[in-house]
Amino acid sequence: MAILRWTPGPYGFRTPWRELDRFRNQMSGLLDSLSGYTEGVRRPGVGVFPLLNMEEDAENLYLTAELPGLSGQDLELSVEGDSLTLRGERKIPEAGEKVNYHRREREAGVFRRVVALPVKVDAEKVEAEMKNGILRVTLPKAPEAKPKQIAVRS
Amino acid sequence: MTKEMQVVDKVAAETAGEQTREAPVFTPRVDIYETDEGLTVLADMPGVDKEGLTIDLKDYTLTLRGAVKAPVEGRNSMYREYEVGDFFRQFSLSEVIDQAKITASLKDGVLTVVLPKVEPVKPRTIEVKVN
Repeated sequence: MAILRWTPGPYGFRTPWRELDRFRNQMSGLLDSLSGYTEGVRRPGVGVFPLLNMEEDAENLYLTAELPGLSGQDLELSVEGDSLTLRGERKIPEAGEKVNYHRREREAGVFRRVVALPVKVDAEKVEAEMKNGILRVTLPKAPEAKPKQIAVRS
Repeated sequence: MTKEMQVVDKVAAETAGEQTREAPVFTPRVDIYETDEGLTVLADMPGVDKEGLTIDLKDYTLTLRGAVKAPVEGRNSMYREYEVGDFFRQFSLSEVIDQAKITASLKDGVLTVVLPKVEPVKPRTIEVKVN
C-alpha cells in the first residue's frame, strides 16, 4: 500500500481530487502488471514468442529477436502501416531410431507475433538479417518521425 | 496441427567459472541423446559464432562456453523483453568418450557436439604359463 504524504492541497488536506489521482496511479500500475510490463521491463513468464528488444536512434528503429535454429528462409517478416508481423516455424530434426534422450529442453513449433511500431517507418527501406540465430531488423524512421534540429536565431 | 512456440525465459547460469568481462551469463537449452555409438549434445546459443565458442572435455566434464558480441552503442532501448549475455553449461559424462574423435558444428546459433564412445576393449585371453 503506498504511503501517502500529508501535504495540504489547494483545498486542504484531503480532497476528492487527491483520491482520484491516487486511484489513477494505481490503475495505471495495474494495467502495467496485466500487460506483463512493469516500468518498461517484461515480467518473467509472460509474453508471446519470440521475445523482442526494440531500440532506436535518430535514424532508425532496431528490432532484435533470438531465433536459434532458424535462417532467413524459415521466417516471414512484413511491415504494414505501423505494425510489423513476424511468422515462422522452428523445426528440430528427428534424432533417428534407437536413441535414448538424457535431456530434452528445446522446443519446436510455429510462431506468429504482431508488434506495434511506436514510430512511423519507411516500409520500403526496412532491412532484416538472420545471423547465428539472431534476427536483426532495421526500420528507417519516416522523415516526419525524425528529430529536427531547429536553429535558434538570436 | 503444429504446436505453437511458447516463451521460455532465459535462465541465469549459477556458476560460470572465471569471466574476463562483465556480462550476464545464461544456461543454454540443450537436447542430449545417446546411441550405441556415442552422445550428441545440441545446444541453443543464439548470437554465438565460431570465434566466441569454447568446448572442452576434461576429467569426464564437458564444458560449453559461448560468447556473444557486446550490443551496439549509441542506441536507446525502447523495450527489452530478453537480456543478452553469454552462455555457459557443464555436464558430467559417465560414458568414456574418445576425445580425439569429438566433433562439433555451429549453425544458426545451434551447437552440435558429437562425442563418440571409446571402442569397447576386446576380451583378451591371458595365457598362464606354468613352470
